[in-house]
Amino acid sequence: MLTIQNISKTFNPGTVNEKCALRGLSLHLDRGDFVTVVGSNGAGKSTLFNAIAGNFFVDEGRIRLDGQDVTFLPDHKRSRSIGRLFQDPLRGTAPHMSIEENLSLAYLRSSSGKSPFSHISKEDKALFRERLELLGLGLENRMQQPVGLLSGGQRQALTLLMATIVTPKLLLLDEHTAALDPATAEMILRLTTQIVAEHTITCLMITHNMSQALSLGNRTLMMADGHIVLDIAGEERRKLSVENLAERFKLQAKELLDNDRILLS
Amino acid sequence: MLYILQTTFELGVQYALIPLALFLSFRVLDIADLTTDGSFVLGMAVSVTLAAAGHPIAALFAAMLCGALAGFVTALLQTRFGVPSILAGIVTNTGLYTVNLMAMGWSSNATILRQATIYTMFRSLGIGGRWSNLLLTAVIVALVAAAIIWFLGTRLGLSLRATGDNRDMVSASSINPAYTVTVGLCIANALTALSGALVGQSQRSADINAGTGIVVIGLACLIIGETLCRRGSMARGVLSAIVGSIAYRFIYAVVLKTRIVPIECLKLVTAIIVALAIAMPTIREKLAFNRRVRKAGKEG
Repeated sequence: MLTIQNISKTFNPGTVNEKCALRGLSLHLDRGDFVTVVGSNGAGKSTLFNAIAGNFFVDEGRIRLDGQDVTFLPDHKRSRSIGRLFQDPLRGTAPHMSIEENLSLAYLRSSSGKSPFSHISKEDKALFRERLELLGLGLENRMQQPVGLLSGGQRQALTLLMATIVTPKLLLLDEHTAALDPATAEMILRLTTQIVAEHTITCLMITHNMSQALSLGNRTLMMADGHIVLDIAGEERRKLSVENLAERFKLQAKELLDNDRILLS
Repeated sequence: MLYILQTTFELGVQYALIPLALFLSFRVLDIADLTTDGSFVLGMAVSVTLAAAGHPIAALFAAMLCGALAGFVTALLQTRFGVPSILAGIVTNTGLYTVNLMAMGWSSNATILRQATIYTMFRSLGIGGRWSNLLLTAVIVALVAAAIIWFLGTRLGLSLRATGDNRDMVSASSINPAYTVTVGLCIANALTALSGALVGQSQRSADINAGTGIVVIGLACLIIGETLCRRGSMARGVLSAIVGSIAYRFIYAVVLKTRIVPIECLKLVTAIIVALAIAMPTIREKLAFNRRVRKAGKEG
C-alpha cells in the first residue's frame, strides 16, 4: 500500500541550524497494516509523517501510495487518499464553522464530480448525522453549532470522523490522544480502532505509550535519528514485553546521548 | 432635509460594496487587502471611460472584470511568489495608479458629458421618480448581496471560509488554499470596482485620487455595521456591511451639517475610529488584567 524508498530530508542545509531529520529511510506497509511508531523526541517520527502527507518534498528517495508515485504531489492532492490527526485537537477543525460545515468540507475529498457551486445536499446531511451517531457523543443533535464550542475530546472525535468520512488509503495518527484526559483518550482510541477495522484502513500511529505500541495493531517501529532502528511484527512482537521495548528504547536514547558526548568532549 | 437624507442613502448604498468586499477579504479570508484603494479607482475609471464611449451597461461588467484582475495579481503575488499579503496589496495598488491613469486616457480625471449612464437610462423608464437613482443602486447591491450569501453556502464558499478559519484544514480537504485565496480576492476586488463604477457613473466623473483611504473608510463601515447588527452568520455579515455603509454616510452628513468636527479632519477621525475599534478587544483585555493585578496587590 505504502512504499517508501530511501527518503532523506535535511532542514536549513548549509546553515548552523542544519538538521538532518530523515536519513535514507525505507518502509513498506501492506494493505490493512496497523503500525505503531515509537521514538524519542527529535527521532524524526513527525518528519516522516510530514514527508508522507506532503508538507514538504523529500530531498531524495521515492514515496509510492497504492501504486501511485506521490513523491512530487502537493499536500492538498495527497489529502484525497491520506487522512491525518494531530496531537492538538484544534488543528483539524475550523472553530467558527458549524459541525455540519466542517464535515461537508472534509467530504469535499470525495466530490470530485460535484460542482463547486453546489450546496450541501439532504443526502449529505443524512450521512453526516448517521456517522455522528456512531460516535455516541450526541453531536448529531448539535450539527448547527460552531465547532469552537466543543471540548477537546469532542473535537478530536469529530476530526477522526472527518479524516475517515471518505475512507482514506492511509491514516496518519500523530499522538492523537496525547493531549486528552485518560478517559477521553481511551474513548478516542476505541473509536479509532473501530473505524480503522471497519474500513480496513492502513494506519500509522505515533505513540509514546509503550504498552499501547505493542497492544495496538500488528507491527511496531522504533525510530531514532532519522532511521528505523527496530521493526517487529508477528511472533517476535508477541513475545516482546513492554519492559523489553522500554529497555530497547532507553538503550537507543543512551546511544544517542553517548554519541553526543563524544562529539562534545 | 429630505434631499440630504436621499443623498446619504444614495452614497451609502453606492459605497456599500466596499465594506462587503472587505467582509470577504478581511473577515472571511482574514487577509487585509490593500488593493482596495486602487481597484476602486480602476472600476471608476473603466466605467466612466466606457460610459463616455457609449457603453454604460457593459462598463459595469468591464469594471468588475478589471477589479477581479487586480485582485488576481495581488493573490498571485502572495500565493505563488511568497510576497507578504499586505505588501502584495500595496505593490498592486502602486502599480494600479499608472493603470488607472491609462484607463482614463493618460489623464488624472475623466468625465461623462452628455452620454447616457445607467442612471439616466433607468430614469427614462420612469420608475421611482426622484428616487430612481437610489432604487437602481439598491437593486444592484441587493442582487450582489444575495449572490454573495448564496455563494458562501456553496462548497467553494465553505472552503473560502475555512481558509480564514483554519488554513491547514483546507489543504487537508483536498483544496489548494492558494486557489481559495485567489478566488476570494478576485471576487472582493470585483465588488470594490463595481462600487467605483456605480459612483463614477452617478457623479459622471472619475478622479485618480478618488480612492485614497477608501480601505480604511470601508473598514470603518464594516465595523460600525457589525456593532449595529452584531457578528454572527454570513448573511448577517453581508447585511452589516450594507447597514454600516449607510450609517457611516449618515454620520458623515451629520458632521457636514453640524460641523461638530471640522470636515477637513474627517479622515483623521475615521482612522482613529477604525484603529480604536480594531484595538478594542486587546485594550479591554489589558485593562481587565491591570485591574486584576492591582486587586491582587491590594489583597496581598
